[in-house]
Amino acid sequence: MAEVKDSQPLEIQKKEYQKMVQEVQPRPTVGRNVFWAFVVGGLISVLGQLFLNFFQARGLALPEAGAATSTVLVFLAALLTGLGVYDEIAKIAGAGSIVPITGFANSMVAPAMEYRGEGLVLGVGARLFTVAGPVLVFGIVTAWIVAILYYFFR
Amino acid sequence: MPAPKKNGLQTVWFQNPPVIISTATIVGSKEGQGPLGHTFDKVVEDNYYGENTWEKAERRMLKEAMQNAIQRASLQPQNVDYLLAGDLLNQIISADFVARDLGIPFIGLYGACSTMYEGLALGAMLIDGGFAEYVLVGVSSHYSTAERQYRYPTEQGTQRPLYASWTVTGAAAAVLAHQGNGPVITHATIGKAVDLGQGDPNNMGAAMAPAAADTMARHLMDTQRQPDYYDLFITGDLGTYGRELALKLMQQKGYDISTRFSDCGVLIYSPGQDAHAGGSGCACAGVVTCGYLMQEIKAGRLKRILGVATGALLSPCSYQQGETIPGIAHAVVIEGR
Repeated sequence: MAEVKDSQPLEIQKKEYQKMVQEVQPRPTVGRNVFWAFVVGGLISVLGQLFLNFFQARGLALPEAGAATSTVLVFLAALLTGLGVYDEIAKIAGAGSIVPITGFANSMVAPAMEYRGEGLVLGVGARLFTVAGPVLVFGIVTAWIVAILYYFFR
Repeated sequence: MPAPKKNGLQTVWFQNPPVIISTATIVGSKEGQGPLGHTFDKVVEDNYYGENTWEKAERRMLKEAMQNAIQRASLQPQNVDYLLAGDLLNQIISADFVARDLGIPFIGLYGACSTMYEGLALGAMLIDGGFAEYVLVGVSSHYSTAERQYRYPTEQGTQRPLYASWTVTGAAAAVLAHQGNGPVITHATIGKAVDLGQGDPNNMGAAMAPAAADTMARHLMDTQRQPDYYDLFITGDLGTYGRELALKLMQQKGYDISTRFSDCGVLIYSPGQDAHAGGSGCACAGVVTCGYLMQEIKAGRLKRILGVATGALLSPCSYQQGETIPGIAHAVVIEGR
């Protein structure tokens, strides 16, 4: 058992205290989280597939049908965020609702709503990408690196 | 010359213990639905409280709690010598703007979630020092304003860890007086900022528990009292796991308070309310003290308590720069009279 004593040097106290925190801290419910992430993430993908098939059946070519599907999913996620439902889903689904494109939509609509009080330019405009920004930056940088590697090693 | 009203290293005692002549509380709907819901003066169902931003809603709650406390003390704002107030927002804007509206000489406080007790301690010193007849102390916090300042936009879909706490929406105010009827403040122990290296901003209970234990143990040493002197040790917002840590730390310091140790953050929500570790925020210790605890003391069910409000001294800037989180805890002895 971890022992924290005032007589110990501070570094030892910190180490012992970290052990104590680990002993007390509840274990994350990994199994349940993974299960729900799989189910909800899967359902979002199935929904996307249904829209894709629908648009293709109505005569759109695959790339256009894909774009239309993304648009619909983004719209739905934005709507659910606005209605205050998306964060309730994400509370259970975790990565299952963060990773799909719907999560990206949520991460832009949420700050847009939140910072409306600070005005359109410095509020919504400046804060729109607070959460999505890093995803874009590192996504684009990764794309550059992959493209450069592809150019040299194809 | 040693300070005549100081006991030991960090504790002061009051010659004429200042009286808490009135208190007022106001909370949001989640707190109203909690186990202590019936102990609050007013429950506001609307998260915006009729305003167009959450910040204004928080401010309105704080102003209302303060006006209510002043009115219950049968005073006017101009009778109050000092206003001691604070909150969690940058530059303590809730307190600032309420101070503008009330026109009472204002000392702004920031002690994170420990601010209520920082205010009670300082207010009692002002009164017993002979510098004031009446002091108004008030704090507020709001789930949505705190969330967006410290963490994510509220509608952002995230999973909160099980050890995270939930910021209490509400405001509390108390009027301290040189004399009158009500519970009295006999001692106060001003805490040190204690940092045992915890850096997770979601786990504030773990960051604050060492400070709580440090202040409680120091108080007992300074006053040469045993834990059974008090009916209750109650911390501000350690939450379920932070409380357990503080209990262990106290045990290792040689004090067993397990039979008489509670936490405002644990009391304010029930396990089914999805608050995870419990409540936090300035209003957590504020509304539980000014509501539930005052009522218990006045009813005689508690005679003497050591209230210990806890604060996590972090900002988004500090933890993004990799700093750990210092904790603070201020203790005040409240006795029924």
